[in-house]
Parts: sequence; C-alpha cells; structure tokens
Amino acid sequence: MSRKLRLYCNTNQLVYLREFLDSTLQSTTMDEIEKHQVILAVEEVCANLIIHSHSCNPSSFIEVKAEIFPDQAIFEIYDFGQGFNILEYKEPALSHVIKSKRKGGLGIMLVKKIMDKIEFESNGKKNTCRLFKNLKSK
Amino acid sequence: MLNIEHIKQKGYSILQLSGEVDASNSVDLDAAFQEILSEGAKRILVDGSKLEYISSAGLGVFMSYLEEFQEKDIQLVIFGLLEKVHQVFVILGLDKLITLKPNQEEALQAIV
Repeated sequence: MSRKLRLYCNTNQLVYLREFLDSTLQSTTMDEIEKHQVILAVEEVCANLIIHSHSCNPSSFIEVKAEIFPDQAIFEIYDFGQGFNILEYKEPALSHVIKSKRKGGLGIMLVKKIMDKIEFESNGKKNTCRLFKNLKSK
Repeated sequence: MLNIEHIKQKGYSILQLSGEVDASNSVDLDAAFQEILSEGAKRILVDGSKLEYISSAGLGVFMSYLEEFQEKDIQLVIFGLLEKVHQVFVILGLDKLITLKPNQEEALQAIV
C-alpha cells in the first residue's frame, strides 16, 4: 500500500500529518506505542523542514509518501530547495540542550533512535529523506 | 489541540495538559511556565494524564527550564503520563532528568 500527502509549510498542518500516518499505519502489526513513535519520528523530520528549511512559508510545501510492505514501513519526505541532510546533522548532547536553554535539538535525536534506517539524497533541487521502520511478521 | 489548565493549590501548582503538544502550540506550554514562574511557584506538578502526544518542541520546553528550576530550587514533577507518551521521555533519557510519577498521590509525595 502506498499513500501520499502534501503538507503546506505551516506548523498547524502537523495535525493532518498525524491523522494521515495514523490511518496509514492501521494495517500494520505495530502496537500503539510503536505506532506513536513512528508518527513522532516522521513528524519531527517534517516539522524540521517546515520550520527551518521553509521558514513556515505557507505557499511552499513538502510531500510525504508512506509505503507499507509486509516487513517494513518506508516514509519518503520530499521537499524542494535548500536541503537538510539529517545524516550529517550532529545532534547536541542532552547536557548541552539543558545548558543552552535551547528548545530544539531533540527532534533529530528521536528520529535516529526510533527509525531502523535513514537515507538522504538530493539532486540540488529535490531533496528526499527516507525513513525505514522494520515490522514484526504477523 | 492543546488545553492547559492552571490549578493553584495550597503550597503547589498543577498544570493540567490535555491534548497534543507539537511545534504549532509549544509556545503555549512555554507561556504557561512563564506565568507560573512569575507567580513565584516553587512546586510545580504537571498532570500529563490527558496528554495524548508530545513532540520534541514540547519536550524542549521542559528541558529549557531544568537549569533555572535547579538554580531557583523549584521542584517539577510530571505525573500520570500515558505509556506511549512516557516511552518518548524514556527514549531520550529524560526520565533520568525529570521526576516522573505514575499518579498525583506519588507526585505529591515527591515534592514534600
């Protein structure tokens, strides 16, 4: 199964992303806790792009494609413009997050802990972040 | 959608969170903490029993106050988190930095 959602770059769209992911993941073997974490990880990547790469400009958009296979869920997140390579991002230590009183820095940490594999590619215009989550067999 | 109710009790304050905290509304959580601090609260309980979701934007709000709370000797306890939300704190190791309790009774014992 494959489904796609276009999200305009406003953080108030994130609630629609969660609804889209929740209904997409209904058909999988994931339990509630696992589903919650996968939704969170995909949202973190999207929120990051919406806020940092697209400065919450509501006329630009990102796209999320969710593909469910028997043994794996794959989420492709596309955006156009200045890419954000999640693999090159060095997440800060927790102690640094506390000291600096910054409210960011935890999102990418969550994505890397929750997902089984992450890929990033860019052709200079279109950027693709691919998140993989292995599924338990039924 | 996030609702925040501030309940003042004798000796402590409760912030009751209902709904979902994400990047669109984490500023509201931040504002609630600002307000509670401006009133001089020293013991803050956060009731998370109706919190369905929290993303890093919301977690970051808690993190950003930890040092100030320590410096000012302010106690913060979060209680009643649903297991799915609790697990998010655990993944990041925040359960080691913030006191989490299963219910209000145990949260109150922790701030005495």
